[in-house]
Amino acid sequence: MGTRLNLDPAVVRQARELAAKAGQPIVEMAKTHTTVSVERAVLRLAGLQGADADGMPWVNRLVDAVRESTGLEHGVALPAWDAMLTGGHDSLAALAEAASHGKVPFRIPAGADADAARIAARAALAHGIGKIDANRARRQELIEQTAEPRKPWIYLIVATGDIYEDIPQAQAAAREGADIIAVIRSTGQSLLDYVPEGATREGFAGTYATQENFRLMRAALDETSRELGRYVRLTNYASGLCMPEIASLAGLERLDMMLNDCMYGIIFRDINPRRTFIDQRFSRQIHARAGIIINTGEDNYLTTADAVDAAHTVVVSQLMNEYFGKEAGLADSQLGLGHAFEINPAVPDSFLLELAHAQLVRELFPDAPLKYMPPTKHMTGNVFAGYLLDAFFNLCGVMTDQSILLIGMMTEGIHTPFLSDRDLALENVRYVRDAAGRLGESFVPAPGGFIEKRASEVLGESVGLLRRIADEGLLTAIADGTFGITKRPADGGRGLAGVIGRADGYFNPASEILEAGNGAAGADQARALTEIGASK
Amino acid sequence: MSGNVVRPYGDTTGDGRVQISFTLPVPFGTATEKARAEGAAMQLAVKMGLDPAMVVHAKGMGPDYTFFIVYGRVSHLVDLSEVTVTEREFPLLSPAEVNLRIRTGLGRKLVVVGACIGTDAHTVGIDAILNVKGHSGEKGLEYYREIRVVNLGSQVAVPDLVARAKAEGADAVLVSQVVTQRDAHISNAKEMSAAFDAAGERPLLVIGGPRFDPSMAVDLGVDKIFGKGTTPGEVASYLAYALAPASGDPAADAPAHRVGADA
Repeated sequence: MGTRLNLDPAVVRQARELAAKAGQPIVEMAKTHTTVSVERAVLRLAGLQGADADGMPWVNRLVDAVRESTGLEHGVALPAWDAMLTGGHDSLAALAEAASHGKVPFRIPAGADADAARIAARAALAHGIGKIDANRARRQELIEQTAEPRKPWIYLIVATGDIYEDIPQAQAAAREGADIIAVIRSTGQSLLDYVPEGATREGFAGTYATQENFRLMRAALDETSRELGRYVRLTNYASGLCMPEIASLAGLERLDMMLNDCMYGIIFRDINPRRTFIDQRFSRQIHARAGIIINTGEDNYLTTADAVDAAHTVVVSQLMNEYFGKEAGLADSQLGLGHAFEINPAVPDSFLLELAHAQLVRELFPDAPLKYMPPTKHMTGNVFAGYLLDAFFNLCGVMTDQSILLIGMMTEGIHTPFLSDRDLALENVRYVRDAAGRLGESFVPAPGGFIEKRASEVLGESVGLLRRIADEGLLTAIADGTFGITKRPADGGRGLAGVIGRADGYFNPASEILEAGNGAAGADQARALTEIGASK
Repeated sequence: MSGNVVRPYGDTTGDGRVQISFTLPVPFGTATEKARAEGAAMQLAVKMGLDPAMVVHAKGMGPDYTFFIVYGRVSHLVDLSEVTVTEREFPLLSPAEVNLRIRTGLGRKLVVVGACIGTDAHTVGIDAILNVKGHSGEKGLEYYREIRVVNLGSQVAVPDLVARAKAEGADAVLVSQVVTQRDAHISNAKEMSAAFDAAGERPLLVIGGPRFDPSMAVDLGVDKIFGKGTTPGEVASYLAYALAPASGDPAADAPAHRVGADA
């Protein structure tokens, strides 16, 4: 597709260069630090599951025990596998249980002992990451056996709090036309520093993300995919304090898309910026490996800031998400960059402005599966007006070739959707898709016209802001309230205590495999290691 | 019909016409099922007082549910003299007027501590009131020169809120609650007011959220409830009215700090 907005390629190139300049120091920081959640993710990938009698996961117990005795500057793997080999524990679970009773003398091994620990740890992680590779292949197989839905994919949310209620609702939504089911998490899970265990039936405004809930829902949707003859994708949230662990569980249970923004937790959940960026890099390496499409959260900026004034902050955040995503190994086809239809409908030409913004994003990221979010801020109790606004959102989505449409509910802002709200919303999008689905090919904004000028204005403002961020540093920009108005200092927010500087000799067998694996050669290497792991 | 008594208006005075929609857990597949479903919808409409009622739309949603739109006539009368409304007890002031009133009435900056309590992580509401940006074209409380804002953000534990309010010398505590599942907003509000009462020194307690009923302040043990659509200017005006009464103002006699909430 050629450009319809006559964007200046030199300006686009400059925007990407500035995003890279702003992002590089953050990547350096992420490469020289680890977090408690990254280390717990390593243990989860190695197969450690379950929780103690208080419901605290064994991965937390083990990481905490290692941190108290040897520290985590060398990573959890070296002392943990050394203790397994030298202490006669036959599994990570047995080790974790003994460690939680203070019965394990951890150390940082040296020489041959260190080599032995590294070999054992690498084998365990190769086995775990092999499962992620197998899931990726299995997804492809299921898509071939059923069918890939046509775009835009229709994205629907379920959120009952009870996984056993979510399942029939999700299956019903898929039968009614949803291509993607997102299970909203319980409010507050993002600020839990552990991942709950097991199937859960109690949640607040959402359902806990747990490995068992993931497994149950994916199995149900596999059944529905076969019934419908199209592959229904499952989405959850790799965000908050346990981002790397949830990403790992998503890979292990074949989730298909994950909400995973580079700054959302910082701005909207007051999670420490350093913690977020370090966790994010590891989680994106997992997503890259698992073939998971990430969804970024730029739509959120427009719920606090004005959607016209702050349009360029969306583009800036998308460029940052693209930079961080690609650095972590994600392909363009895995970058579900987000944006939203949130301009006040009372603003003159509001629909033209929405078209300009949506088309700009489409052209800046031609190969990304863009995720377009419906109006929320200007949805009122007037459900009839809301239904009309949602139809215009759907129309803008098909005209500008958006890839993923989150379906707007006319009762947005009143309650969690009724069954009938969802049905009407699907009727709305089906009508627009069937009536105007091919309008995109004929949508060519007039050269020099309002839409073209607006797009180039937003791009220009984005470059201006990126230049400022690149000069003063991203952490300073976040502290100044550049995104979503909120000010978040680099040493504020939750989770900073879980950030640890890496020592020389830091060892993370998962990162080794993931970083080597960006490409076919890496995948081969991982397979070879898997065979070693399996033969032990 | 007397001026105080009215009926719903469709297109003629007094015609009593209304429209409702609802879902019943009944199938809408075969001809028999369709007839039964429409009959079921009619029965509900009649029981709700619509007579005559007309099912104008019925649509099956999956195998087990049917959605209906029903028009009908109600015979109920609305007696306007029996309608009670809570009128705003304070005047709306501009930011300059709020600042002036705080300067003259309080003689120092007014301290506001804001938070989302419990498991609620939705800071959008409290941020819209507190952040400079504000909303609906009105700047937030941070914009007011005479107000000092401490925004504690999301998921603040009640004991932490009480301690921080004391440490900051809060004149008012603003709490936002968005999540309402299992009435969490109600129980959290009660827990908060009880904790401040137990702590002795009680600042002005203000709670806000889209699902609160503004008339429930006494039940929840708070001084003021703001519902959906509240603007920062309304909150600032209320704070000035309640905490920095101007002389000759009716509020000058009102105790700013209410004691002994029954939570």
